[in-house]
Amino acid sequence: MPHVTVPAVEMRGIVKRFPGIVANDHIDLTVRAGEIHALLGENGAGKTTLMNILYGIYHPDEGEIFVKGQRAHIRSPRDAIRLGIGMVHQQFRLVPSHTVAENIALGLPGHFFFPDRAVRQRLQEFARRYGLHVDPDARIWQLSAGEQQRVEIIKALYRGADILILDEPTSMLTPREIEELMTTVRRMADEGHTVIFITHKLDEVFAVSDRVTVLRQGKVVAIRETARTDKRELARLMVGRDVLFRLEKRPVTIGPTVLEVRNLRVRSDRGLPAVRGVSFSIARGEILGIAGVAGNGQRELVEALVGLRQVEKGRVLLNGEDITNRSPRDLVRRGICYVPGERLVGTVPNLSVAENLILKTYDQAPICRGVFLDTQAIASHADALIEQYAVTTPSRETPLKLLSGGNIQRTILARETSGAPVLLIAAHPTSGLDVGATEYIRQVLLSQREKGTAILLVSEDLEEIFQLSDRIAVMYNGEIMGILPANQADLERIGMMMAGVHRAEPEVV
Amino acid sequence: MNTWPRIRLEKRSDTPHWLSRVTPGLSVLAALLVIAVIFGLLGVNPWIAYARILTGAFGSLYGLSETVTKAIPLMLAGTGLAVAFRARVYNIGAEGQLLIGAICATGVALFIPGIPDELRLPAMFLAGALGGAVWALVPAVLKARLRIDEVLTSLMTVYIASELVNYLVYGPWKGPSEWGFPYTDKFPLAAQIPRIGMTRIHYPTLILALLAAVLAYILVQRTRWGFEIRVTGENPEAARYAGMNYLRTAILVMALSGALAGIAGVGEVAGIHYRLRYPQGISPGYGFTAIIVAWLARLNPLGVILTSLLIGGLLVGGDAIQLAMGLPSATVYLFNGMILLFVLSGDLFTRYRIRIELPERVSVLVRQEREEVR
Repeated sequence: MPHVTVPAVEMRGIVKRFPGIVANDHIDLTVRAGEIHALLGENGAGKTTLMNILYGIYHPDEGEIFVKGQRAHIRSPRDAIRLGIGMVHQQFRLVPSHTVAENIALGLPGHFFFPDRAVRQRLQEFARRYGLHVDPDARIWQLSAGEQQRVEIIKALYRGADILILDEPTSMLTPREIEELMTTVRRMADEGHTVIFITHKLDEVFAVSDRVTVLRQGKVVAIRETARTDKRELARLMVGRDVLFRLEKRPVTIGPTVLEVRNLRVRSDRGLPAVRGVSFSIARGEILGIAGVAGNGQRELVEALVGLRQVEKGRVLLNGEDITNRSPRDLVRRGICYVPGERLVGTVPNLSVAENLILKTYDQAPICRGVFLDTQAIASHADALIEQYAVTTPSRETPLKLLSGGNIQRTILARETSGAPVLLIAAHPTSGLDVGATEYIRQVLLSQREKGTAILLVSEDLEEIFQLSDRIAVMYNGEIMGILPANQADLERIGMMMAGVHRAEPEVV
Repeated sequence: MNTWPRIRLEKRSDTPHWLSRVTPGLSVLAALLVIAVIFGLLGVNPWIAYARILTGAFGSLYGLSETVTKAIPLMLAGTGLAVAFRARVYNIGAEGQLLIGAICATGVALFIPGIPDELRLPAMFLAGALGGAVWALVPAVLKARLRIDEVLTSLMTVYIASELVNYLVYGPWKGPSEWGFPYTDKFPLAAQIPRIGMTRIHYPTLILALLAAVLAYILVQRTRWGFEIRVTGENPEAARYAGMNYLRTAILVMALSGALAGIAGVGEVAGIHYRLRYPQGISPGYGFTAIIVAWLARLNPLGVILTSLLIGGLLVGGDAIQLAMGLPSATVYLFNGMILLFVLSGDLFTRYRIRIELPERVSVLVRQEREEVR
C-alpha cells in the first residue's frame, strides 16, 4: 500500500431526489488518485446521476464533495473543468458539421479567430501519449462512434482533465473499438490520470478497473478490489439475487422452413449497396444468430425483412409464399414480429404502457370496434400482458418513458411475442440492458423457440449469439461469410469471419 | 468567489400532472404582466386598461355576445389546428383556408341559381368546408410527395387566398349595387345565417363549432384514426414501424383542419357581413389567432372551447380599449404575440425546473476548518 495519499475524489453522503424517487441515497464514494474506478450498477441504480453531480450538471440535495482534498462547490461543468474533472457522456456533444479541431477548440478562451489552428499541435501530442489518433480535419459526421468518442476524450484532456468520467463508454462501440478504448484508458491511468468508468457490464469491470463500487437502487452496496472479487459475486451484488449465467436450452425438433431469403440485395440510406446477395433460411423452432460488427448491413437486412426498406433484388419467402416488398402492415398480419434494436423505434415514449401494447393491434378486434377503440379491451389486454411479462410499472396508464430500459424492452417483447408470431426478428434485443433484464429477455426468446417460432437474432454480443443460436451466420460488408451450426462454431473462427478474413466453406443444406 | 445568486435550468426527470395543467394559465398571466409594463411606458395605467378589457369583453350582455361571436371562427379553426398539431403537421395556413371557405360560400350564395332556399345554407357550409379542405391539401400533398416543409407552403397559400379575394371583390364579383366599394352584392335572405336576437351570434355556426370540438376530441382519443394521429405526432418512426400510413394521416388532418377553417369563413361572410369583402374585412387574422387558441388549449379540442372564448374576449376587450384609451390598433396584435410567445416558452418549465442558488460565503470557513482538523 502506498502511504496516505489524498483521494482524487471523495463524495460523502450524497443525496439527490427526483420527484417520486431517491436517485442517490446517502452515497459515499472514494476514488484514489491514479486508479481506474468502475462504478457498477443496473440501469436506474443512480450511477449517471452521481457522476452528473460530480460534473456539476445536477446539484446534490445533501452531502459534500472533496476534490484532491479540497472541499468543492461544483455549480456547473465549468467549475468541474476548473477542478480538472472531465466527463464523456453516453450521447456525444459534438457539432456534426464541424471538424474535429473546431469541436475541440469550441468554447476555449482566447483564439477568437481561427481557433482550430491553435489546437492542432497538441492533438499530435495526445495521439502519441495515449494512442488517441484522429484526423483534425475530418468532420464529425464522417467519424465512427469510436472516433467521435476519442474526440470527446481529447476535448476533456485538452481542458486539463486529470479526473476523467466515462459514462457507459462502450455502449456504442464495436468489439475492436472497445479493445482500443481499454488500451487508451490504461495508458491514461499509467500517465497519472484518474478514471471513473460507469458500466453495467461485468466483463468491462474485470478488463480495466482497479477497484469497483457497486450501486443498487441509489445506494452503495459494496466496494471491492477488482482482483479480489469475481463475476458471480458482483452480479449478485448488482442485481440483488443470484443470476443464471447458463440458460437452459432444451433440444427442439426443427420443423419445416419458415423464412427463406434468396440472393437479397438492399441499399443503405445513402443509396450504397448495403446487403449484397444474402441467402439463408430459418426453420420452425430454430434460432439463426447473425453475428457481426454493426454497420455491415444487418440493419438494412432486418429493415428489408420487416418492410421498412425497399428490396432491390432477390426474394423473401415466408412459408413458401413470396413476401418481397410487402408493406409493414401486411407483414405484421402474416405474423412477422420485430423487436428493433433502438427502443425508440418500437415505442411511443409519451403514450401510456397500455397504448404502447396495442401499437400493432389497434385496428383489429377486440381492441377496435368499427372505428372506435374499446377502452375496456385495451385495459384488460394491458393488465394481462403486464402480469404475464412481469412489467414493473406504477399503472397501465403510466407514460412508457418513465419505465426503466428493461421494463420498456419487456413491454416491446410482450407486444411482439404474445400473438404467437410465425417469425420473430430481434435486433440487439438486450443492448443497454442490465443483467437481470438481459437474462429475462433471453429466456423469452428461448421459450418462443420452444413454441415453434422461427427466430432471427441479430446481435453484436457474441456471448448472446453463442448462448441462444442453433446456427450462427456472420455478416461482413453486406455479405454472409458463412453459416455454422452452433456446436461447430468457436470464438476464433467467428471472430475471423467478423473481421472479413476467413470465409467458411459453403453450407451444405 | 461568486457573490451573486445564480439562476439555473435543470432538467426534470418527470413532469407533475398539475404543473402541465397550470402552465398555460400562468403563461398568460406572465404575458399580461409584461404587456402591463409596455402599457405603463405608453403612459396608460395598465390596471385600468385591463379592467376595461374585462368589462368590455365580459361585463355586459353586448360585450359577452361579441365575445361569443368572435369565438366562433376561433373555435372552428382552433379545433382543426389542435388535431393537426397533434399529428405534428404544422398547418399555419388556416387564415387562407378560411378565406377560401368564404369565397366558396359566396359563390354558392350569389352565383349558383336554382338551389331551394332551405338547402342554400347547407350547400354553402358544404362548399366552404370542401374549399378549405382542398386548399389545405396543396401543402399536404407537397409535404407528403416532395417533403416540402408545410409550415412555409401553408403560410404562402394564405397570401394566394388573400389576393384571390382581392381579385374577386375588385374584379369580376364586385357588386353593382355597392357604390364602387370592394364588396360583392349582399347575400339574399336565404343565404344569411340566422342570429340570436339583436346580437351578432350566428348560432348555427356556433352549434357546428361546439359539435366539431366534441367530435374532434372523440376522434383523437377514442378512434383508431386518432390513435394514428397521436402515434404519428409523438414518434413518426414508431408509426412507420407499426405499419401506419403517414401520408394518409397527414392528408387527413390537413383536410380536416382546412375544412373547419373553411366553415369558419362561411360563418363570417354569411353570418356577419352578408357579403364577401376585402380580406382584412372578413377576418382580422382569425386563422392565425387560432394557432394561439390551439396551443393554449394544449392541443385538446375540448380545451379549445374555453380558450377560444378567452381569446375572443381579448379581441373584444382590445377593441374596447383602443377606442376608449386611444391606443394604437396594433394593441391586439401585441396581446396575441405576447401570449403565444409566453405559452410556447412556458412549456419549457414543464421540462425544466429553475434552481436559484444563493452565494455560499461560508464555504471558505468550512475549508479552513477542515484543514485544521487534518
